Amino acid sequence: MSSLLEVRDVGKTYGSVIALRDVSTVVNAGEVTCVLGDNGAGKSTLIKILAGLHQHDSGEFLFEGEPVKLASPREALDRGIATVYQDLAVVPLMSVWRNFFLGSEPTKGFWPFRMLDRRKGRDETRWALADMGIDLRDVEQPVGTLSGGERQCVAIARAVHFGAKVLILDEPTAALGVKQAGVVLKYVAQARDRGLGVVLITHNPHHAFPVGNRFLLLKRGRSLGCFDKKDITIEELTRQMAGGAELEALQHELRGAAS
Amino acid sequence: MSDFSGTLTTDERVASPSLLTRLAVRPEIGALIGALVVFVFFSVITSQFVTPAGISTWLDTSATLGIVAVAVALLMIGGEFDLSAGVMTASSSLVTAMLAVKLGVNVWLAIGVSLVFSLAVGAFNGWLVMRTKLPSFIVTLGTFFALQGLNLGVTTLVTGTVQVSGIAAVPGYASAGYLFASTFTVGTATFPISIVWWIVVTLLASWLLVRTRFGNWIFAVGGSAPSSRAVGVPVGRSKILLFMMTSGAAWLVGSINILRFTTVQANQGIGLEFQYIIAAVIGGCLLTGGFGSAIGAAIGALIFGMANQGIVYAHWNSDWFKLFLGVMLLAAVLVNNGFRARAERVRR
Repeated sequence: MSSLLEVRDVGKTYGSVIALRDVSTVVNAGEVTCVLGDNGAGKSTLIKILAGLHQHDSGEFLFEGEPVKLASPREALDRGIATVYQDLAVVPLMSVWRNFFLGSEPTKGFWPFRMLDRRKGRDETRWALADMGIDLRDVEQPVGTLSGGERQCVAIARAVHFGAKVLILDEPTAALGVKQAGVVLKYVAQARDRGLGVVLITHNPHHAFPVGNRFLLLKRGRSLGCFDKKDITIEELTRQMAGGAELEALQHELRGAAS
Repeated sequence: MSDFSGTLTTDERVASPSLLTRLAVRPEIGALIGALVVFVFFSVITSQFVTPAGISTWLDTSATLGIVAVAVALLMIGGEFDLSAGVMTASSSLVTAMLAVKLGVNVWLAIGVSLVFSLAVGAFNGWLVMRTKLPSFIVTLGTFFALQGLNLGVTTLVTGTVQVSGIAAVPGYASAGYLFASTFTVGTATFPISIVWWIVVTLLASWLLVRTRFGNWIFAVGGSAPSSRAVGVPVGRSKILLFMMTSGAAWLVGSINILRFTTVQANQGIGLEFQYIIAAVIGGCLLTGGFGSAIGAAIGALIFGMANQGIVYAHWNSDWFKLFLGVMLLAAVLVNNGFRARAERVRR
């Protein structure tokens, strides 16, 4: 069986800057692939390629077994790759249901009298959110009145509802407190259990490890390796993330200074 | 204890909000209160304000302002400004008048060509804003001066004066005038047809905004263009259409003006662009986009129409109107900011 999504040795350069080089990983249906790395490691370049915002310059990008080069976010969406960005997930001043259906609004009637089907929009939003176990007070309230975690959850539920096969989450837990982050991870697991392939970008190994099946470690645009869960421990993951040997040297130095 | 009423679909944690709370979050409510205050004020201090002729006059002023203000409101909700809308009304009048008077073209055809010209200017504004990613404030400030120069320059070249008149003698004037510049009678009062256009434009814009898919996109591209793009909303196309609707509304007012007065001055319309924007802001539009109302902008225009004529009836110097504009704008922006803070408040 081939993977849902696979990249083989992809690379991307911006002018003379090599942002990403020789990175390979796979995303399977019903599994979570975590992309970990510090700032500037190339995480966002990789997801921009997967989401159709940028095109890769080298290597291969396979979606459902066939090589693709996504021209736009719309094409990615049409193929079933949905991306939830950390800060761009929703339009704060619009109501929850208008956000939920943005870009895929339900309509009724014939042109030029075609209108939004507001009842369907509201009911389906409430139903879809409840189905994911998201309990909102009122779908007419502006999304801006929701907490950061709730906003991410609405965006995840939207992607699941509109039939995404691959869900890319860009730092969904970055700005959240411990409890909120846990809630978001619960919905990531829900999406996974529904058979979606999930790409979770984060710099927090403690968020990645419990839900991830596979861990791609990036550093300065290069891959430090792609590990299956059985091949790596959270301690090793943390160590690699933090810079491995460099950090040990630093610890040694600090300890020396303190004594 | 208040008694609890709810249906199956309502959540028990959402208390049925009182009428007052529900009204307080409507964007139009501030404008409505303002309109009532202005109405009562001038009704009390002047004798002509509530006579049929008086009402007809201030409704007419409100109408020609309101038609464009409503379109400007939609554009502002979409996150952009158009400073060329005021001068555009004169440009469209001039195109119609010159074609009809100087070339003898049928008035209907002249109006049609003028519409195409106006829509083209709107499309150019929108295209340039989207293409250059410059603030629309700067781009349309450019078109504002360019059109102003064209209006005066071309008129002087063609006619040797700064006005074009004589459209009444051109074929098609009577029937076109019936559509754009006739009057109708209610009881003993005579009202210009512009009021009907104002109401129709307001209702259409309001329907478009809250009941259609395109309306959803207007809020979205103004609220957050990158988020909208990420979920597949055609941001560029939506904004260009909004610019075209604004210049189209300016064309409508230009047509009403030229057919009613049969003369157009080349320097007309300057300064109106700010009145449109202020009317939209008083009606609840945020200067930052993403929120507002078409009906609110129409009420904002009504406030201006009433104040403009009320000051005349009260025998005050009309310079006071400018002071009124400024004070209303500041008050409205402060009220709107308060609302925005409430709507965007984040609980973490």
